[in-house]
Amino acid sequence: MLNVGQIEEGFVLDHIDAGKSLKIYHDLKLDKLDCTVAIIKNAKSNKMGKKDILKVECDINILDLDILGFIDHKITVNVIKDGELVEKKKLHLPKEIKNVIKCKNPRCITSIEQELTHIFVLADKEKELYRCKYCEEAYTGK
Amino acid sequence: MKHLMSPLDLSVEELDKLLDLANDIEANPEKYAHKCDGKILATCFYEPSTRTRLSFESAMMRLGGQVLGFASADSSSASKGESVSDTIRVISCYADICAMRHPKEGAPMVAMTKSLIPIINAGDGGHQHPTQTLTDLLTIRSLKGRLDNLTIGLCGDLKFGRTVHSLISALIRYANVKFIFISPDELKIPDYIREDVLIKNNIEFKEVVKLDEVMPELDLLYMTRVQRERFFNEEDYIRLKDFYILTKEKMELAKDDCLILHPLPRVNEISVEVDSDDRAAYFKQAKYGVYVRMALILTLLELA
Repeated sequence: MLNVGQIEEGFVLDHIDAGKSLKIYHDLKLDKLDCTVAIIKNAKSNKMGKKDILKVECDINILDLDILGFIDHKITVNVIKDGELVEKKKLHLPKEIKNVIKCKNPRCITSIEQELTHIFVLADKEKELYRCKYCEEAYTGK
Repeated sequence: MKHLMSPLDLSVEELDKLLDLANDIEANPEKYAHKCDGKILATCFYEPSTRTRLSFESAMMRLGGQVLGFASADSSSASKGESVSDTIRVISCYADICAMRHPKEGAPMVAMTKSLIPIINAGDGGHQHPTQTLTDLLTIRSLKGRLDNLTIGLCGDLKFGRTVHSLISALIRYANVKFIFISPDELKIPDYIREDVLIKNNIEFKEVVKLDEVMPELDLLYMTRVQRERFFNEEDYIRLKDFYILTKEKMELAKDDCLILHPLPRVNEISVEVDSDDRAAYFKQAKYGVYVRMALILTLLELA
């Protein structure tokens, strides 16, 4: 097993579906943060066979994890402080998602308006269904 | 400040109040003739629509106000590439209230977020057309005397027909309203209306292809036009445009008090011979459209 050093403060995102870690890296905008990130791909997992893991060394208050609930609420979020596991966060579906996914309806104003924030609103919690705030088109590309 | 994006922006109580006001305007027009003296309505129509625009303009003028605006994207700064957000910031400086039609769905909502004046969605693509819904509700309530206990047939383009979507969402708030959707398979109501609006709220409905078989059940038949501008493919439009034509013979199957409504303009879907039938209410509907827009302008400008 590959050994990646322990982090002092930050997050360990475990049980990510194998191959999804880079997408999450971008969705969490980790590329914009000046912090240490370890991306572990295809790690062995008894539960999942293969999984990805992300270790992020950062202030635990600066990362918005809401979006993870949308991407995959089965991901385990371990919060690390002073080198210790202080919390296992439960993920929820966010009520609103901004600038993560784009509306695919060619008739939607988001297809032409410059620099418009793409906003999706949780329309049905049970079905995990999100709709574009502007045109109400359902998001189906998850 | 209030805007109108969808008919559901108004509660049932607010809607009742608005329809009462419209009926009062109809009965006493002189009382309202100067209510909007010194006020300006901007009609920002990025997509041509003669009757909705003229209905808004007539409404403002009958209230004593004035009107400015544009009637197509070509004659606006949109042709130079200006965004809706920027346009509305400027229009906010020129007018007191704005009615916006746009071919892109959600455009009036974008305007609303940047606007300093009330925005009325005057139709956004195939999405919503709330003032048509208010017109329909006022017509039904005025001519039927109620908005509950109705079996309503909606016929034609139920997929792209925004008037239909808005009307369904507004009517489900009244007790014992049943819907019969009459359309070819290609133009059925969208899934989000079927699932999120109808099934979720336990509304009784059925979907059929033939108009004749359901005519006797209807208290109200709402005909729609198959709109060329909603199709990407001309062949599909030509194949579907004359799928339904309401004729005198079909009217014989209808109840004696079955109202026929149509948002207009009509093309072929209602035969001209039906116009003389007492049950044909689509031209009265156009008149109610002015009264309800007058009531809406007064309400949003807080002059009611």
